[in-house]
Amino acid sequence: MDALIQLDGVRKEFEVRRRAGLLRRERRTVRAVDGLSFEVARGEMVGYIGPNGAGKSTTIKMLTGILVPSGGRLSVAGVDPSRERTRLARRIGVVFGQRTTLWWDLPLRDSYELVRRIYRIARDRYTANLEACVELLDLAELLDVPVRQLSLGQRMRADIAAALLHDPEVLYLDEPTIGLDVVSKAKVREFLRQVNTERATTVLLTTHDLTDIEQLCRRVMVIDHGRLVYDGGLDGLHAVGESERTLVVDFERELPPVNIDGARAVRTEGPRQWLAFPAAASAAPLVAELAARYPLVDLSIREPAIEDVIARMYGGRDEASRLPG
Amino acid sequence: MADAGRLAGFERRGRTAVAIDGLRAYLLIAGMWIRSTMVYRTSFVLMAVGNFAMTALDFAAVAIIFGHTRVLGGFTLTETAFLYGSSGVALGLADLVVGNLDQLGRRVRDGTMDTLLVRPVPVYAQATADRFALRRLGRLTQAAVVLGWSMTRIDVAWTAVDVLLVPVMLVSGAAIFAAVYTIGAAFQFWANDAAEVQNSFTYGGNALTQYPPTVFAKDLVRGATFVVPLAFVNWMPALHILGRGNPLRLPGWVDFCSPLVALATCALAGFAWRTGLRSYRSTGS
Repeated sequence: MDALIQLDGVRKEFEVRRRAGLLRRERRTVRAVDGLSFEVARGEMVGYIGPNGAGKSTTIKMLTGILVPSGGRLSVAGVDPSRERTRLARRIGVVFGQRTTLWWDLPLRDSYELVRRIYRIARDRYTANLEACVELLDLAELLDVPVRQLSLGQRMRADIAAALLHDPEVLYLDEPTIGLDVVSKAKVREFLRQVNTERATTVLLTTHDLTDIEQLCRRVMVIDHGRLVYDGGLDGLHAVGESERTLVVDFERELPPVNIDGARAVRTEGPRQWLAFPAAASAAPLVAELAARYPLVDLSIREPAIEDVIARMYGGRDEASRLPG
Repeated sequence: MADAGRLAGFERRGRTAVAIDGLRAYLLIAGMWIRSTMVYRTSFVLMAVGNFAMTALDFAAVAIIFGHTRVLGGFTLTETAFLYGSSGVALGLADLVVGNLDQLGRRVRDGTMDTLLVRPVPVYAQATADRFALRRLGRLTQAAVVLGWSMTRIDVAWTAVDVLLVPVMLVSGAAIFAAVYTIGAAFQFWANDAAEVQNSFTYGGNALTQYPPTVFAKDLVRGATFVVPLAFVNWMPALHILGRGNPLRLPGWVDFCSPLVALATCALAGFAWRTGLRSYRSTGS
């Protein structure tokens, strides 16, 4: 496996000063990232999720070289980000969902032209990349509009294009779909999927919208309290989170809550009942037994919402020792 | 030893390469802003004229003082105009080139500082060139007009040294003001409202050095000489050109020290900037 991103025991501590009384100030060291180790292979698309203040943004900032780690080893494309920040900058693309990297008052076209010259992108590569982005992200009509006049969805698309003009090997996306409407979200996701499959760009994506992960990433990493609490496929996440699937059953008539092995009735509404069973178990024997014992009209299975799974994983964490971001 | 020497040489070349890269980025970004300003040419002309008129009123105030008295602290109107113009040109140049550094506190607060750190060019070049405002030429032009006018009127037997001293004075003065801007900006990495403190040194320093040093209390002049080296912006070299004695009775060679003082303040500014940026990158706030 050709690891493009490597972290080995990476730590980041902040000193937080707090007022304690009139003149006294308390100093406290907060560990935003605490012994983080993982690898991302070239061409992978990885979802990086966790609650607010878990250390997601801090990780991204260390991977881009903005923040200097307090300890541990970190390498991106063979480069130590904090030591060779400007050299690395040519090889990575960054999209901050909350703020633009474009020049606020310049028309989009001028912003891109400035990006071309700052990154010293060859003219033919630039033209090809820009044309592809303009077409796939629907930017043609926005090129002469100053960035400040773009809507959030338009600006996000414009920002993603800007981050890809110099053919980066890695693309970091920090909340790329935050605040977007359904259509814009779909457009952004479709584009990211293409970038990842066609250009083999490695993508690391933080998000609060778990649909992003479900639709884009085969691998997901969950961070909490600055530590990796899960790293693997989406399916595995269900097992770890001890999640349950739900069987929704319509009977011919109203019945008392059914009593059946391997499932429990969680809700009853007229002739309809909701039966929960472990996500890892098969539904077939359950359905067979139900059909044998009760007059069935219809049934369907609901997959567990990944939100619930994650919420269960975060259960029991204390809110007090949080850092923003 | 040879290794150390080669390493030092590499380090120097590295610095030069970074400086050239930074300058190139500065020109690119500033150029883009000038082009975008020129799209609204009328608006630009009005702004520049307004800027010129505002600062012109400022000099009118000086002229009014001389309507009531022929000399101020032993200096005539034209001599005062020479001080006013030289200080104004120095500040105008610094303001034009690095004046946008006062936006740094905002960048740190709203997090857009991070976007400068992910681009492959020096942060200082980006922070200074961002929103490059050509209208600031208005202030510079006004000061240059006053300076030019005063130089044709002052009673000076121009020697070659005097003539050479004028551009040296202006460039050194601009460098000193730019260094003060930069040090002020570096403090904004820690304290967000440091911009106001820095303004009191740049704009306040300009107001100070516009007038002859003899009208101020001696302690203030001492402070401006030794603590914040504003006196070297124009007082020291200008007093030499005007053939006046040094207000602090310092030896004559001090009059020529402006370039050295400028170099020293710029070195200090570079240190402050790097320290500030390093602190930002270790705390992220």
